Amino acid sequence: MHSKSTSFSVRIGTGAGMADDRIEPAVQLLQTGQLNYMVCECLAERTIAREALNRINAPEKGYTPMLEQRIRALSPLLREKGVRLVTNMGAANPVGAAHVIQREARQVGVQDLSCAAVIGDDVLEKLQKHPELQLLDGSQQLESLLPRLASANAYLGADVVKQALATGADVVVTGRVADPSLFLGVAMYHHDWSYDDFPRLAAGTIAGHLLECSTQLTGGYFADPGKKEVPRLAHLSYPYADISFNGDVTVGKVEGTGGRIDRMTCTEQALYEIHNPSHYITPDCVMDLMHLNFEEESIDRVRVLNARAKERTSSYKVVVGYFDGYIGVGEVSYAGINALARAQLAAQVVQERFAMEGGVTSELQIDFIGISSLHGNPNDGTRVNPYEVRLRIAARCPDKKSANLLGEHVRQLNMQGPAAAGGPVNFGAKEIIAVNSVLIPREWVKTEVVYFGALA
Amino acid sequence: MSRLVYDLAHSRSGDKGNTSNVAVIAYNDEAWKILKKHLTADRVMKAYAHLIQGPVMRYEIESLKALNFVLENALAGGVTRSLRQDPHGKTLSSIVLSIELPQED
Repeated sequence: MHSKSTSFSVRIGTGAGMADDRIEPAVQLLQTGQLNYMVCECLAERTIAREALNRINAPEKGYTPMLEQRIRALSPLLREKGVRLVTNMGAANPVGAAHVIQREARQVGVQDLSCAAVIGDDVLEKLQKHPELQLLDGSQQLESLLPRLASANAYLGADVVKQALATGADVVVTGRVADPSLFLGVAMYHHDWSYDDFPRLAAGTIAGHLLECSTQLTGGYFADPGKKEVPRLAHLSYPYADISFNGDVTVGKVEGTGGRIDRMTCTEQALYEIHNPSHYITPDCVMDLMHLNFEEESIDRVRVLNARAKERTSSYKVVVGYFDGYIGVGEVSYAGINALARAQLAAQVVQERFAMEGGVTSELQIDFIGISSLHGNPNDGTRVNPYEVRLRIAARCPDKKSANLLGEHVRQLNMQGPAAAGGPVNFGAKEIIAVNSVLIPREWVKTEVVYFGALA
Repeated sequence: MSRLVYDLAHSRSGDKGNTSNVAVIAYNDEAWKILKKHLTADRVMKAYAHLIQGPVMRYEIESLKALNFVLENALAGGVTRSLRQDPHGKTLSSIVLSIELPQED
């Protein structure tokens, strides 16, 4: 039965929490979750920059790579259950994505799916005229990146999501919108909340913040055997939130699914990627989590209490993507007596040969996997020789040739390095698009909703 | 009661740019009292000193029995340009859990 007609709450489910998130739990949630809306959050910080480049070569592209696959899997169920979808899978091309969504839906028998595309987050041209903007990471100005700039997208807020849903479209597809705003926008539209009703904006924002990373609320990124158990981890489900007109929020997972949702999982996710908890800035408000609390209602449901919010800031945050050269990586393993010494010798050999053959690098990283590759080496004598060690060398290079050369020298260690080298791999040269951010006045951003009615 | 943070709290780390945050959440009231008193920003900075530049900021969220540590200049340039094997710093929560706190109250 459909909850839309029987409840004053709106139920929003997560359908994806990253670009390559699993599809199966989204299908399961649509089948059994009695949702009103589903939100698929699929954009990491640099995804848009990458897609903006893809679009140069293929103008119809520029949306997230799994768009076709997700729409084929989800659209028949969206239609059958009467669920509307909101997603940022449009990446660098929301209008192109809208066409693809309609086309793919039709291929799986959903003939009349309407779509609304949100545009206006792309502020690249505007920013090119403002080299004086201060970069948020580091002390430089935007000018230092201008020649290498690949993309600039403002984090839009919930107001434009509400506006897009008001077209009546079955699917709303956006580029850069702040993750929690995708969810808040749904609640604002459904309950017709005012954009200045900060207690309610706090409710929608905390719900979105908890839901945006899919299984990180329901037992993913959590298990530690013997200490923090997660039942049926292989069968994790995606979460949903019930948000009432008054701003009461309950998060949950479908009864009988794998994983867990409780005070512990909710608290970890509430603080995920938060800096000052009294001052969490989104495009919609400044959230205050200092009084946040959770109340376990049942085994699958948790009430979210006391999220507060203040007036939003006068600026939008813009993430800028820029070319940052290449990274080359190679790996090789050693085992048994003196394994670490052989791995260290191998690292020296690679560096010498790389320099000898004209390789150029500005930064080199040498890791011994099993000893120092994740947490570095405190050099306090606590890291004893392991039985096995895998050498990993990574280098930042200005050119593709150097980046590839590094990995080649690692690859050749089986014949030309220390004794008994196993599994040498050259991971090749990876072109790097790095990101930074700037703040811009809200007036610089002009958003627009483009509606595409059902195909004839 | 043991004084290893691992026995007192659970933890999750997240990333934004070149900054990492490590949330430490007490299992109970007694653990919360110990953590509030002994798990200082200085002590956390020392545990991460070989890996991050800092500074480290510490926030107390009483209602959640949680401390949030914000580690600046922690991710070797940030997720998108780091040469590290774990550019997001997803494993950084494991360091705070291995800190040993002093035995006295």
